[in-house]
Amino acid sequence: MRARFILAATAGIALAMPVLAQTGASADFQKFRDVMEEDNPAELFEARGEAYWKTPSGPKHASLEQCDLGLGPGVVAGAYVQMPRYFADVDKVMDAESRVVHCMVTLQGLTYEAVTRQPFSNQSGTPAHVNVVTYVAGQSRNMPIAVPQRHPKEREMYQIGKEIFNFRAGPYDFACATCHGTDGKRIRMQDLPNLTRPEGAIKAVQGWPGYRMTGGLMLTSQWRMNDCFRQQRFPEPKYLSDTVTAILTYQAVNAKGQIYRGPGIKR
Amino acid sequence: MIRSKIPLRTLAVLASPALLLPVAAADDYRDYRAEAMAMVKRDFQAKGIAGLDRLEQDGVQAVCNRTGNHPPADVVRRLEQDQMASVRFPADGKLMGDWKEGEKLAQNGRGFTWTDKPGLPVGGNCYNCHQISPKEGSYGTVGPSLYLFGKKRGYGEDIQKYVYSKIYNAKAYNLCSEMPRFGYIGALQEQQIRHLVALLLDPESPVNQ
Ligand code: HEC
Ligand code: HEC
Repeated sequence: MRARFILAATAGIALAMPVLAQTGASADFQKFRDVMEEDNPAELFEARGEAYWKTPSGPKHASLEQCDLGLGPGVVAGAYVQMPRYFADVDKVMDAESRVVHCMVTLQGLTYEAVTRQPFSNQSGTPAHVNVVTYVAGQSRNMPIAVPQRHPKEREMYQIGKEIFNFRAGPYDFACATCHGTDGKRIRMQDLPNLTRPEGAIKAVQGWPGYRMTGGLMLTSQWRMNDCFRQQRFPEPKYLSDTVTAILTYQAVNAKGQIYRGPGIKR
Repeated sequence: MIRSKIPLRTLAVLASPALLLPVAAADDYRDYRAEAMAMVKRDFQAKGIAGLDRLEQDGVQAVCNRTGNHPPADVVRRLEQDQMASVRFPADGKLMGDWKEGEKLAQNGRGFTWTDKPGLPVGGNCYNCHQISPKEGSYGTVGPSLYLFGKKRGYGEDIQKYVYSKIYNAKAYNLCSEMPRFGYIGALQEQQIRHLVALLLDPESPVNQ
């Protein structure tokens, strides 16, 4: 019932949005988002993800309930705000999305290729791992960002992420820092968070995964990074690659202590 | 992508002691930049028109990256001269085009992403970063406002030359500028740059009303 209501409400937004975009007021959008947050369409995807998490499936006919997201097998609450983090079983740093895919492969016996064939949501559907990531993220709602920097590989990922953030290249000489390195800048009417400071860096985590009105899709941080590299005129970062983990680590560590409000709504 | 060759002088500067990384005294020294570059090389794939060659830094990018966008003053001076030498002014000396065409180009933000089609023309992207005509309320603030540019700075040939060359190669004036080098990389052609000069410097252009 609730799901149907949400979808109807969302269709209404989709129609209203172009008008907002044209008058171009980010303040309007903020007001609008506050209203919508009460019936957040992301919750629908959280519910689907939770069902997937708990239901046995795949060749091994297993659920994801034994998945270790860093706090021990099966512990979901608080895991999202502590990732990316080091995982000893694979001896590397993983973000939430990489870890969920890892669990689907190891616990359920799916192949990596099969799980990642469609990495992002599109008009043909929302992949299972996106629903699961949304569920996992929802289980960290209203918790402070506390991405660990204890293991040497976690600190290394931060430093490398910082280098990638500042790396200018490509036809337009753009780096992430070109658009996200100082306070109070905009591209057209879109505010550019300063991702080098906590109040800005939280925007890299806040509301992601996010339900995007444009197109009506549930999109993750991996998607956001992919699209920013596109805007940067770079080639494409491989899905779940170390480069994306590094840049996510850099941003999430910078957001330390900020409160995560859960999966949200995006323009 | 058309990019002029790196002048010899730029290569010499890259190898000069002024830009060598500080030599580490302690064991804990790690060259994260080199590690990041190796990671980036592994992790990207070509898509559409965006090839892996885009990850290769040219001389200016390398110098700006290595110095956190603050190269030593003598390096800046020499490399800006190189960038200036890359500017090709129109053979007929005409620097002003049609401001109406310039406005269309300034509005157009397309070009060079992997979802864009190959080949020219591409847009100027100017409104992404600058306020320009007062009629366009949706403008970015990465660059300074260019509203009333001609009215404030004059309409003469010197300022025309300045604007033409700034659009052609913004790095000729500010080595680590955030503004792309539109003529230098072959994104905007002579006639298009003229139109943009007119947008800023034609007394009839809305920019100067
Ligand atoms: C040419 C400009 C440009 C570059 C370069 C760029 N971005 Fe962005 N970025 C934007 C714009 C514009 C938005 C807002 C997009 C929107 O609202 O749809 C954005 C949004 C974001 C967001 C989401 C913020 C939020 O409030 O949800 C993150 C995180 C981000 N960028 C990170 C990066 C990183 C990391 C890089 C480098 C890999 C990068 N960006 C490169 C322009 C850029
Ligand atoms: C990604 C951002 C960006 C884009 C796109 C961009 N600019 Fe700029 N521009 C800047 C910045 C930042 C400055 C100030 C620093 C400098 O001078 O390099 C600047 C400076 C300028 C100046 C010099 C202003 C002065 O007071 O002397 C002119 C003229 C200019 N831009 C015109 C343009 C035009 C025309 C376009 C489109 C073809 C354009 N810019 C696109 C960022 C941008």
